[in-house]
Amino acid sequence: MARWPKPVEGSWTHHYPALGSGPVSFRDSYSPEFYELERAAIFKRAWLTIGRVEDLPRTGSYFTKELEVAKTSIVVVRGGDGSVRAFHNICRHRGNKLAWTDYPKEETAGTCRQFTCKYHGWRYDLDGALRFVQQEDEFFNLDKNDYGLVPVHCDVWNGFIFVNLDDEPRQSLREFLGPMVTALDGYPFDKMTERYEFRAANNSNWKLFADAFQEYYHVPALHPQQVPPAVRNPEAGFECAHFQLDGPHRMTSTGGARRWDLAPEFQYPIERICRSGNVGPWECPDIGDPPVGINPGRLESWGIDNFQIFPNVEILFYRGWYLWYRYWPTSPSTHRFEASLCFQPARTVRERIEHEIAAVMFKEFALQDAGMLGGTQAALESDLLHEFPLNDQEILVRHFHASVAEWVERFRRDAAGSLA
Amino acid sequence: MTGRLPDAFAEFERFAGTWCLATEAERYAVRRGSTMADMIEFHDAFLPRLEEAIELCNAHALGELPEEVLHLLQLVYSMIMVAMSVEIFSQPKTVDSADAVLVRVGEPTP
Repeated sequence: MARWPKPVEGSWTHHYPALGSGPVSFRDSYSPEFYELERAAIFKRAWLTIGRVEDLPRTGSYFTKELEVAKTSIVVVRGGDGSVRAFHNICRHRGNKLAWTDYPKEETAGTCRQFTCKYHGWRYDLDGALRFVQQEDEFFNLDKNDYGLVPVHCDVWNGFIFVNLDDEPRQSLREFLGPMVTALDGYPFDKMTERYEFRAANNSNWKLFADAFQEYYHVPALHPQQVPPAVRNPEAGFECAHFQLDGPHRMTSTGGARRWDLAPEFQYPIERICRSGNVGPWECPDIGDPPVGINPGRLESWGIDNFQIFPNVEILFYRGWYLWYRYWPTSPSTHRFEASLCFQPARTVRERIEHEIAAVMFKEFALQDAGMLGGTQAALESDLLHEFPLNDQEILVRHFHASVAEWVERFRRDAAGSLA
Repeated sequence: MTGRLPDAFAEFERFAGTWCLATEAERYAVRRGSTMADMIEFHDAFLPRLEEAIELCNAHALGELPEEVLHLLQLVYSMIMVAMSVEIFSQPKTVDSADAVLVRVGEPTP
């Protein structure tokens, strides 16, 4: 039955013996107590991706990011020296939100010379320094140097802007990303600036949604419409060609015949005419030799790479474009899903149409995942079952929940240690 | 009154009022509010000439589309949207999408 060779241990799961192979609990995906631990143990310790450098094209460009899970808002800005800085989005005077438009909980973006608080007009430079205080001489020994914006650790990896909410990050960004992810260095993310952006408020825990995008075992059952009815095989399984783990991060590669190499009956009429569809354009402009981190299993018939960057990011590498997901917790049972399809800018109308159909078909099948996960969340919350079997194709789900547990456990140990 | 579409595609003027829409949000909303009969009529009428419509649009630079060509491109985009219902799901709504929503909040133009 196996289409792809397994590691010598007999399975991908046994290849990573620390994972075990027993049933797992998903209490971590509905317990309010666990959610509170995750806030501190993961979202206030891990490096979090909150944007791309292309979102800050010039001096003074800024955007805000609402991080409900950390109960904070971040403002990210490009300074006069070209560097990207992040600050807590709060005025030091009376605690007003600094950058926002009409709705304080909604994100905003723009360009400014300075940040001015709407309340009493305090002004901050792009590097966070407090520059102007209205009626400064009415204050008592106020030293403006003591009241700059509160900085947030911020670093950039291949154009992705990361922040870290820890007082002092335990690892540099590159140490955190580790060798498997940093082997993607040099991938031309900066060329893929044509973006189709999606957002959703979803009724499931952030991890349950991520789970649906880190295994393909569910594809034949939940997404049978990915192939036309005439060639649909209800018995067909789905097997990934390669799995790899590195620290809290994980990836899988698919392989086999590509959609556009299959007989025409495997494509919908609209796909054949648009020469693009469920997996993107049949052809994309060449991006040169990919970095060593792409297709780490060195598959001859490589399909896509699915990288899961801890805690809440996924990057899917297709041919010449990538998909970028973020899962932002908003409560134990809800999260905000953000997705971007990133292409090299269309040079022709035909290329734009190829991108449009890819974006439309992405939404169709993501809606199936999003719809179903509400059901998973609702049922799990009954707290009835605590042992769920996972198969070898679901190794990344197993690893994800184990990584989350490990980070929470480490936080608990550190907290206990500091009390001792 | 002159039509919205290039003369060669005048036969599709009857769909232009409904389906020449600038954004995915509008096209998605019209799809969800349409009957299958209406969408099948549009799909089956336009499909045989879709390739030709794409070719006509493609003869122009992406950022410099004359208005009637832009309308034709919007009709192509709507064809993609309608094909999801007609070719794939046989109903206006994505099968098994339950109460989920996914909003396209950013896209290139045109």
